[in-house]
Amino acid sequence: MANDPSYTKQKLKVIGSRVRRPDGVDKVTGRAKYGADHNAPGQLVGLFLRSPHAHARIKKISTARAEKLSGVKAIITSEDLPDLTKGDTAARDILENCMARGRALYDGHAVAAVAAVDEQTARKALKLIKVTYELLPHVTDVDEALKPDAPVIHDYLYTNGVEPRPTKPSNLYNVAEFGHGDVDAGFAQADVVVEKSYKTEQVHQGYIEPHACVGSVNPDGTGELWVTTQGHFTYRSVCANLLGMDIAKLKVTSSEIGGGFGGKTHVWIEPVVLALSRKANRPVKAVMSREEVFRASGPASSTSIDVKIGAKKDGTITAAFAALRYQSGPFPGAIPGMPWAAIGAMTSFACYNLANVKTLGYDVVVNRPKVAAYRAPSAPMIAFAVESTMDMVAKELGIEPLDLRIKNAAREGTRACYGPVYGPIGIGATLQAVKNHPHMRARLKKNQGRGMACGFWFNFGGQTCADLNIATDGSVTLTVGTIDVGGSRASLSLIAAEELGIPYKQVKAHIGDTGSLGHNDTTEGSRGTFSSGMAIVFAARQAIEVLRERAAIMWEIPIEDIIWKDGHAKARGSKYSRLKPLSLADIAAQSPSTGGPIAGHNESVPDNAGVSFASHICDVEVDPETGGTRIIRYTVIQDAGKAIHPTYVEGQMQGGAAQGIGWALNEEYIYGDDGRLQNPGFLDYRIPVCSDLPFIDTQILEIPNPNHPYGVRGVGETSIVPPLAAIGNAISNAVGVRMDHTPMSPPRILKALEQLHAS
Amino acid sequence: MINVSFTSSFRAALGGADALEMEATTLRELMRILVAKYPRMQGHIDDGIVLAINGEIYRDNRDVEIQDGSEVFLMPRIQGG
Repeated sequence: MANDPSYTKQKLKVIGSRVRRPDGVDKVTGRAKYGADHNAPGQLVGLFLRSPHAHARIKKISTARAEKLSGVKAIITSEDLPDLTKGDTAARDILENCMARGRALYDGHAVAAVAAVDEQTARKALKLIKVTYELLPHVTDVDEALKPDAPVIHDYLYTNGVEPRPTKPSNLYNVAEFGHGDVDAGFAQADVVVEKSYKTEQVHQGYIEPHACVGSVNPDGTGELWVTTQGHFTYRSVCANLLGMDIAKLKVTSSEIGGGFGGKTHVWIEPVVLALSRKANRPVKAVMSREEVFRASGPASSTSIDVKIGAKKDGTITAAFAALRYQSGPFPGAIPGMPWAAIGAMTSFACYNLANVKTLGYDVVVNRPKVAAYRAPSAPMIAFAVESTMDMVAKELGIEPLDLRIKNAAREGTRACYGPVYGPIGIGATLQAVKNHPHMRARLKKNQGRGMACGFWFNFGGQTCADLNIATDGSVTLTVGTIDVGGSRASLSLIAAEELGIPYKQVKAHIGDTGSLGHNDTTEGSRGTFSSGMAIVFAARQAIEVLRERAAIMWEIPIEDIIWKDGHAKARGSKYSRLKPLSLADIAAQSPSTGGPIAGHNESVPDNAGVSFASHICDVEVDPETGGTRIIRYTVIQDAGKAIHPTYVEGQMQGGAAQGIGWALNEEYIYGDDGRLQNPGFLDYRIPVCSDLPFIDTQILEIPNPNHPYGVRGVGETSIVPPLAAIGNAISNAVGVRMDHTPMSPPRILKALEQLHAS
Repeated sequence: MINVSFTSSFRAALGGADALEMEATTLRELMRILVAKYPRMQGHIDDGIVLAINGEIYRDNRDVEIQDGSEVFLMPRIQGG
């Protein structure tokens, strides 16, 4: 029982309540400390010199004049960062991304860094560094990069995943195939076959807080890093490995995080800041500007996708195929063997029960920033393509798009397009909820249209470690190592309160530094509440055993005669009727004389996080004169397994939808012919603001995950998957044009309308 | 006996078959046997793989018991945001 993750079906008392968030007051009053809020005595200012070229050989870097400038304490180039990665190509790519090694591979690639006594001096020093470049041909478009005459970015990249292995290097670094059945036979059985190609432009996560850190390395080889991150244990390992430090000798403390969404799962400036500190023998602080964040952190892939779906007249899909081409910047994807297009390919048709399905993922390098994860990484783009094509199939068949989806929805026992067979899942329930939702019956006006779409995300668990300590007054401290990006401190406190049988207010959760806990994986994959929640359940159960032991000592009766119920130790049997139940506080108060501190601890690797599905409904109004699109109503329906804190779950669902709306309508990296980013700022790269959005309605469904004591599934990512397609389908229904390119910005919609009228 | 299925991307490393029948009682034992018989699988394992037993996904835990007659599915490791 103690470490059994099975769903308990227990009646929950605290979980599911909308308690006040523990970080709310600090955040609205400005007390919360973000990455740029930390300062260390004697700290220097770190700034980076970045390449203005998309692709260039670095012939020479002269730092002599800058070094002579008064107030400059250290200058770093790649020569100060020897390659210690011992053949680990992924680590080598991280090192090269942090600081160019012989070539600048994209506009914004760091080529040198300075630590000086103040920002003014550091800026002067950057101007005094002379870099001699030899321009090389560049390519920034994923389709262009695959052409036979495209400049080959790396002469060492040969395509993985094809037999026989290519004899020439190319920009195509991986091909991955997924699926089952016989798609050719399936298409032959179809009465209707629809094929369509799509493009999605590159977008950034758009987190409001830029990357920031303070690094301090001492002469004895120990160091500290204070940083905004989604994974301080991962940052510690990566930085220590790149700099040749013992992992345990680097302590990383995470700040509050002002958004990450995948972009803070990777290191960018942090290893260089530590290297500057080591060279200067002073703490160094660096804060990226917004322009640097756009040019030199990790946006999502831009893509080019082909989809083909065949169906019978009754709506049964007989075959589905997709070819996905995703660019990952100048380096292969974050995980070797699991690049971005492959992830997209796995998610492509996951909502559907298909006898014949095949997907091909083509991963491509280009001269753009290294791609990072963005909330359900790779899924929104392929969902845009698949779900748009689903609407086209429905139109061809004369079937309601929702009914086509319901007819073909995956269910328990369906073999997913990426391989395994599903357990209990919620796609059918979300679709039925769409059918029953009043939004679907609301009337629309001229130039308005309604669309819907589905989405899927895997979710996962990962390495987790948590402490639960009970103070002598009965208050409870949780120390966890998964960064709180979306409310996990509240959720984990609710879980501890539920298990211990105490009020929520009695529990306080903290994020521990890397010196206080064992390794915790990065908060990604919607794992925070699932995995740390599981660890807290187990830690609480361990603490309850200690509480029973202490009660046994206090009462001088066998522990077997004591149960834990409603936050109290209770003696079983009429012979103990004289013993009044002992509260957690009663037992804690006596802990010094009954064996010392009372605590629970757990380290584990929870698995089976439970896949997640969502269906979205969207109403738009399109202005045919300007091409502008306004979202007039939006509803998110998602399976959360069990919503620990419903308000946070709704917030995740709304946040994902809002980001997806920006991706669908406005956001886009625009590159010039020179390979330079044209819009690295929030004025020219426009994310949605409150006035752009209606209130986003939510409906939480709770189909329990059988592999969590409370049935929890991850909820943080799935909601960004359907919006692109839901909006595209709504625009199509509003003004009759099928959009195949995101963002569906006014110029693109006007062009599509002109083409429609011309034809 | 367990049925081992895998994503198409692993087919070449696993001798070109669509599926395999093997004897193993845990995921760790299965992976050891797979690598002994198909050494090219080591590259995929080093890159990171996920295993599903009858649809239940194990990303990290390798000590899970496999019941006779189960399907084990091998696929690449994924990343989230």
